[in-house]
Amino acid sequence: MIENKSYQITFNIIYLFIAIIMILPLVLLFVSSITDNNALIANGYSFFPAKLSLEAYGYMLTNSSTIVRAYMITIIVTALGTFIGLAITTMMSFALSIRNLPGNRIISFLVFFTMLFNGGLVPSYIMWTNLGVVNTIWAYVFPFFLTNAFNIVLIRSYFVSSIPKELYESAKIDGAGYFRVFFKMALPLGKPIIATVGLFSCLLYWNDWLNGLYFITDPSLYSIQALLNRMSQNIQSVINSSASSTSVLNLPQASIRMAIAFVAILPILVLYPFIQKYFANGIMKGAIKG
Amino acid sequence: MNKKFAKLKEFIPLYLLMIPCAVYLIINNYIPMVGIVSAFKKFRIMDGILGSPWVGLQNFEYLFRSNDLTIIIRNTLLYNAAFIIVNTIVGLFLAILITEIKNEKMKKLYQSSILLPFTLSMVVVSYIVFAFLSQENGMLNNSILKNHPVEWFSDPTWWPLILIIVQCWKTVGYGALIYIAGIVTIDRSLFEAAAIDGAGKWKQIKHITLPSLLPSIITLFLLSVSRIGYSDFGLFYLIPQNSGTLFNVTATIDTYVYSTMMAAGGIGRSAATGLMQALVGFILIILANSLVRKLSSKDAIF
Repeated sequence: MIENKSYQITFNIIYLFIAIIMILPLVLLFVSSITDNNALIANGYSFFPAKLSLEAYGYMLTNSSTIVRAYMITIIVTALGTFIGLAITTMMSFALSIRNLPGNRIISFLVFFTMLFNGGLVPSYIMWTNLGVVNTIWAYVFPFFLTNAFNIVLIRSYFVSSIPKELYESAKIDGAGYFRVFFKMALPLGKPIIATVGLFSCLLYWNDWLNGLYFITDPSLYSIQALLNRMSQNIQSVINSSASSTSVLNLPQASIRMAIAFVAILPILVLYPFIQKYFANGIMKGAIKG
Repeated sequence: MNKKFAKLKEFIPLYLLMIPCAVYLIINNYIPMVGIVSAFKKFRIMDGILGSPWVGLQNFEYLFRSNDLTIIIRNTLLYNAAFIIVNTIVGLFLAILITEIKNEKMKKLYQSSILLPFTLSMVVVSYIVFAFLSQENGMLNNSILKNHPVEWFSDPTWWPLILIIVQCWKTVGYGALIYIAGIVTIDRSLFEAAAIDGAGKWKQIKHITLPSLLPSIITLFLLSVSRIGYSDFGLFYLIPQNSGTLFNVTATIDTYVYSTMMAAGGIGRSAATGLMQALVGFILIILANSLVRKLSSKDAIF
């Protein structure tokens, strides 16, 4: 018993240490964002700054248009991408979950094959460019992320295992077609898996900076991640396009960049305690394969 | 005939439900597969892929003549090997340790904290790394290495280590969770019986936990091996701030495909690189999957 207790204490100490290591980098990001800019230039980014200041956040509030717009674009893109993606994915998964559908095997294979082979970046880039997504909000929504074979297969197997065949049979006897079965039975019964896939889709769209890099050059269309990405190359061009040139020199640049990065992850940090359980379950179920 | 049609008619709603997703997969996945011919063409933007002239294997010859190819293949393979080893060991350690902890509240807290970095975008991670490593303002140079500052973003020495640490920090929670899921399913009575027989913690781990986890370890391992030609573009492109002097230690096949595509006249070479990557990836995933199928068929992906 005593041995057991000392085990527990040791394990907890080790894990507390690990947990701190995992979180500490985020603490540095936050502390940097509230560090006085002069203190920052003198002593660098630090966990224990000489002087704190909310200047960076004050600046963001007074010049909020760029950031608010980027935020709005991210929210819209996340909502659109997740909604459209879930819609087309569940419809396909449902159809493929009907085993006696003529052509099921060949279509399943064609869906699945997209996991094994791809054309690479160049043909995809040319394809989407030709479709005219460049410098439109659709550039964030459509290329690459809308659906994928993993999720289609995942939702399909959920439908297969959780919806009893008798339910279909009785629906058919009642004269209900597959549309009715899909909307009235499959969707409500599939809620848990659809929610899980949706959660990961939200995260994917919220965090995506790649499509912004590939397809967006118009600063008024930057999402929050695209804004951060461009800003790390050239902070003035993004942040201060509207302000007067004299204020450029007085900008608390070093802390502003950290403040914007912190604001970008704020929704995730706020929601994380409530959704982490679903994240964990999703990973354990294989919602995304790393 | 009529009967057959009547039977098909029943399925029409299902085909209609498939259409949007099918159209998307054709545009997003299948047409680009055809576009792979661009690897054998001299791409001209006004002619499109199909109209551009054929150049045979010229793009590949270009590629093989430059030194870049050796560097990017070496980096991609070595980094992936390091990631696989480090992630497996650290992930197993985190998973085994957390399942030993009795206090449910602390357990939840620990699990949340190891998974948190996984939810961040690579851009934000690059900002955090910048806060640590920046030459002038970085935390390390200003607080810890005051007397021996390192020019992190131009000195290649430390980059393999930096990238391994960042990658492990960001993704290890994911692997750990898969192992935790595996440990939870192990029959508790095995541990109790072992404890009665006087087996200590270490012996229990060695003789019960690890052998039970072997199928998931092997599966994760083989799946990572099948993706050994691919790399996390964000990790290698954003974290080193796209610094040219670090090319030798941070360029991978994926960063090369992007940067040559953006360079003037590089599209053909980029497509050629992408084609080789996709082909090798295709062969490896088929091999890996048939191995997984032999070892534990329920974990096979197809």
